[in-house]
Amino acid sequence: MSEAPLMRPLPVITDMNSYFWRSGGEGLRILRCGGCDRYSHPYVGRCPSCGSRDVKPQTVSGRATVVGFTVNHQPWFPHVPVPYVIAYVELEEQSDIRLATNIVNCPVEDVAIGMKVKVVFEKQDDDIYIPLFEPA
Amino acid sequence: MYREKETCITGIGQSAIYRKPTVYPFTLALDACEAAIADAGLTPADIDGVACHPLGSSMVGEGNASASPTDIQKSLDLKLTYYGSGENAAQFSPVLNAIAAITAGYCKHVLVWRAMGERWIPMYSHGFKAAVLPRSVSWKVWLEPFWAPSASNWVGIHASAHMHKYGITREQMSAIPIVQRRNAARNPKAIYREPLTLDQYMDARMVSTPFCLYDCDVPCDGTTAVVISRADLAKDMRQKPVFFEAVGGGAQGNIGDWVSRPDFPDMMMHDAAKMMWSRTDLKPKDVDTAHLYDGFTYLTMFWLEALGFCKEGESGAFIEGGHRISPDGELPLNTNGGQLSEGRMHAFGHLHEAVLQLRGQAGDRQIKDAKVSVSGVGGGGLGGAVLLRAD
Ligand SMILES: [Zn+2]
Repeated sequence: MSEAPLMRPLPVITDMNSYFWRSGGEGLRILRCGGCDRYSHPYVGRCPSCGSRDVKPQTVSGRATVVGFTVNHQPWFPHVPVPYVIAYVELEEQSDIRLATNIVNCPVEDVAIGMKVKVVFEKQDDDIYIPLFEPA
Repeated sequence: MYREKETCITGIGQSAIYRKPTVYPFTLALDACEAAIADAGLTPADIDGVACHPLGSSMVGEGNASASPTDIQKSLDLKLTYYGSGENAAQFSPVLNAIAAITAGYCKHVLVWRAMGERWIPMYSHGFKAAVLPRSVSWKVWLEPFWAPSASNWVGIHASAHMHKYGITREQMSAIPIVQRRNAARNPKAIYREPLTLDQYMDARMVSTPFCLYDCDVPCDGTTAVVISRADLAKDMRQKPVFFEAVGGGAQGNIGDWVSRPDFPDMMMHDAAKMMWSRTDLKPKDVDTAHLYDGFTYLTMFWLEALGFCKEGESGAFIEGGHRISPDGELPLNTNGGQLSEGRMHAFGHLHEAVLQLRGQAGDRQIKDAKVSVSGVGGGGLGGAVLLRAD
C-alpha cells in the first residue's frame, strides 16, 4: 500500500456526476451518445448534437494531450507542497472533451503544451477516484 | 431597436478604498450609495429600483458581496417597484438588469452597486486551512479537486495556451501593470501609487504561471455605486448624463464554464464583445478610453482582442512598451490604475472611471475630449460589456 494521498476538496457527488467520480478506478468514464457516438462533458441529459436521450457513461482510453497548464506556486492549501501543475487536457477520443487535472509523476519543468498524457487514478474518501494524468 | 440607448448613468459614488480592514464594508456601501444618489441630484425617495450582483445574503456586511439589496433597501428606506440580481453579464449583470427594468417601465431610477469587503474577513486560502476541507459543489467540482481554487489558476491556463500559440511574452504582459501603476499615481484613491519597474515585475514571486504578484489584482474593502435612469428624465438632473450606446452579455459557450468551451482559450468576453458591437454603428476606432477588466493582466489582453482593438493573437504586440495604452496613446487604458493598482472594485471601479472621463471630471488623469468609452468585465464563463457615450 502506498501512503494515503493528500487531502483534496472533494466533489459533492450528485446523479449528474457520480459516473465520473465513482469510476472505481477502472477507467475514465465520459458520457457518450448512443445515437451519434458524440461524447459530452460535463453532464447532458440530451445529446446536444443529435437530440438523442440515449446518453450513457462509456469508458474511454484515458489518453489525452495537454492544451494549457499553470505551475501553481501559491500555497492555497497549506498541506500541499508547491509548486504543482494544473493542466487542461483534451481526450484522444474527441478534442472538445477537456478536463482540468494535475500532471503527476513528472517534474514540473518538463510539462509542456502538446505533451501526451494518460490517466492515473487517486483513490480518495467517499469512494471517489480523482483522475490525474501522467506522461504517456 | 436597442433600447439601452434610452437609459443613462446619472449618478456615481465611490467609498474610500482600504487594503487593510478599517471601516465596516457595509458602511462603505452606504457611503457609495448615498454619494451616487446625491451625485444624481436625487434623494433615496426617488430611487424606485435596485439591482445588485451577486445578490449576497442579507445581514452579511462583509466578504465579496457585503451589501445585499435587502440591507441597502432597509438602511436607505427605499420604496421599490423593481429589484433584481440575475446573472447575464458577469459583474455588469445588474447594469443590464437595470436597463431592462427601466425600458420595461418597471422603474425610473435604479441604484446599482458592487460592495467588496474581501479584507474585512480573510478570504481565499483561509477557507482551506481547516483540518477537513470543504466539499466542492456545482461547476467548481471540475477545478477545486485539483487544488485549483483560484481564478489565477484558471486564467493562467488560458493564458499559457494563448501565449504558446502566439509567442506572447511576460515582458509584453508587463506593460499593463506598469502603465496602470503610472496612471494610479494620479488617482488619490488607488492603493498602490508607487512606480513599478520592469525589473520589479520580472523578479516578483510567481502566484500561478504566467502570473506573478503584479499580474493579480488587489483585494480590498470598498464599494462603487451608480444610478441608472431613464434618459428622458436626465436632462433636468444634476450631472451631464452618460448614455449607454450598447451593451453585451449572454453566453455562446456554457454559462459559468471555465474548462469546456469549444473555442478554448477564448472566453465569455468574446461573446459579450460581439453582442455589444452588434448593437451599435460605432467601431473600435471610435473609442476614446478603455476600462477593461484586470483581475489578471491577461484578462485585459483577451478583452483587447475580443473587442477588436487588435487582431486575435496580437495583444502582446499591441501593448508592448505601453505606448498605445498610455494616457497619450491611441487607446488610453485603465486610466485610474485599474484593479491592479486601485484595488479590486470588481469592474465597478472601471465603470466609475469611464463615467468620470466622459463627464470630463477625471482631474489630473482626464483624457482630452473623451466622448466614447468601453468597459468590459469578466472572463471564463462570464462576460459583460458596455459602450458609453458622452452625448
Ligand atoms: Zn447524439
